[in-house]
Amino acid sequence: MKMSATTQSGGPVTAADAKSEATPALPKRRAGVVLKARRDWPPLAIHSAQLVILAAILAFWEFGVRAGFINAFFWSSPSDIARVARIFVTEGTALQDTWFTFRATVIGFVAGSLLGAAIGLSLWWSKNAARIVEPFIVVFNAIPKMALGPLIILIFGIGISSKIALAIALTFVITALAAYSGVKSVDEDLVKLTYSLGGRRWDVFRKIILPSSMPWIISSLRINIGLALAGVLVGEFISSQFGLGKVIMYAGATYDMALIWVGITILSVLSMALYGVVVWMERQLLKGFHSAETSRDSTR
Amino acid sequence: MMGTSSAAPKKLDLRGITKRFDTPEGGILAVDDISLSVEKGRFTSIIGQSGCGKSTLFNIFAGLLKPSSGAVVLDGEDITGRAGMISYMLQKDLLLPWRTILDNVIFGLELQGIGRDAARETARPFLARYGLGAFENHYPAALSGGMRQRAALLRTLLCNKDVILLDEPFAALDAQTRFRMQQWLLTLWRDFDLTILFVTHDVDEAIFLSDDIVVLSPRPGRVRDSFPVGLPRPRARDIVTTPEFGRLKHRCLELLFEGRTSEDEEAETA
Repeated sequence: MKMSATTQSGGPVTAADAKSEATPALPKRRAGVVLKARRDWPPLAIHSAQLVILAAILAFWEFGVRAGFINAFFWSSPSDIARVARIFVTEGTALQDTWFTFRATVIGFVAGSLLGAAIGLSLWWSKNAARIVEPFIVVFNAIPKMALGPLIILIFGIGISSKIALAIALTFVITALAAYSGVKSVDEDLVKLTYSLGGRRWDVFRKIILPSSMPWIISSLRINIGLALAGVLVGEFISSQFGLGKVIMYAGATYDMALIWVGITILSVLSMALYGVVVWMERQLLKGFHSAETSRDSTR
Repeated sequence: MMGTSSAAPKKLDLRGITKRFDTPEGGILAVDDISLSVEKGRFTSIIGQSGCGKSTLFNIFAGLLKPSSGAVVLDGEDITGRAGMISYMLQKDLLLPWRTILDNVIFGLELQGIGRDAARETARPFLARYGLGAFENHYPAALSGGMRQRAALLRTLLCNKDVILLDEPFAALDAQTRFRMQQWLLTLWRDFDLTILFVTHDVDEAIFLSDDIVVLSPRPGRVRDSFPVGLPRPRARDIVTTPEFGRLKHRCLELLFEGRTSEDEEAETA
């Protein structure tokens, strides 16, 4: 088929021989680079380096206090912290407080995430309902939930329920928004396919919407575990009989710097453990996706 | 329309399908009065340029979209606007990434209310027979495009639907895989005594596979012509070099490109 194209010389030519003589000039290339081969250190070397750095910090701290150029009153010292920790664990309320904080965090995290997932997923059922509800969620998300602390303590009392309530308030919006994003991103063709194979609305929800949104919901869990702990801590700061937050507040009020550090250390360990569990859970829940991805990597 | 004088039972009947979309700028006529009937066991290809309303038509067949007027009749029963009666398959395999191949293949059976274990038992022999046995427990991402399309097609078939719609199912495959898939599709077509409606851009593919060809015109989609292919089966790969094939191809191309707008030509030369 003849196509009419015109070059600058004006004559009609076919598309095949339309290479124009007026090809614009391009800038010159830079000279190429030779990439250096990089060598990865073995894991042992990496871990040793980390340990050395940690030991150096602690040694500097301890030495600084003994030599007098670090103020022991404000900074305490590693040896003092270790001493207080031993007393706190053996004679104090360490177990009880840690258990209290742990329990409130886990319950708040699970309840908040489930509630959020339920809200986010339910928005799939009615587009109109979703459009009505969406701004409320967005506004609630914008409220700094920590500021609700005093109110929640007044409503739920100084026991564990107020800490759980704060953790839920902090977490559920995150999961609700994530689940709703998941719902919105579901491949419409999968939904159509399910109907065309004889599925009903409930089938679409259970077999398409729910699993498609799973990665979104699960990705919110990592954020939520930290937020749940933060919510519980704030609750304990404001008013509580138990909990690591209460211990830190109490230690601060009595200028017991070593005990503050002990509280922080236990909290960090707790936080890392919880995070680890969530990451492990995430991997279990996403097994299907993961094995799919890894096998894709290995075949291509 | 096709096979007019034949006494074979009409499997699928489209009667005056028209679809108009309302937009703020006014109505757009996507599909205009398309009628065609397909006999049981025929392999019919629909070819047309983009904009011929094939996906609209497709959604209407599948009951996912209601036509503005006209009816879809399957085995004498009006199924217009009812989903779940005719299965289809797209260029996208739409396998569920969180299910193994076996569980993907039984997806339709499950939706028909068959228990998972019973469905797996039903599906296993089919997987083994049609070249997927080794991949039963793999996830879709681990499979090549051709294998994924096989799984998608088996999923469609196991739903016990005897009419299937295929919308450019092999368009994303490389030439060799595509040819193997075409052969494979013809095997299934014979084994299951399927009635197939096949949408494609590829004229060679349409002629190679089909009993009948329907050519649609673009904007709005109308049936420009339809005719039987009449090449003997089984067809060898080199049938594409025969004069008869060439004649059919010429006819298809003429029909496809007849009445092109100047706009089209501009777009091509631009």
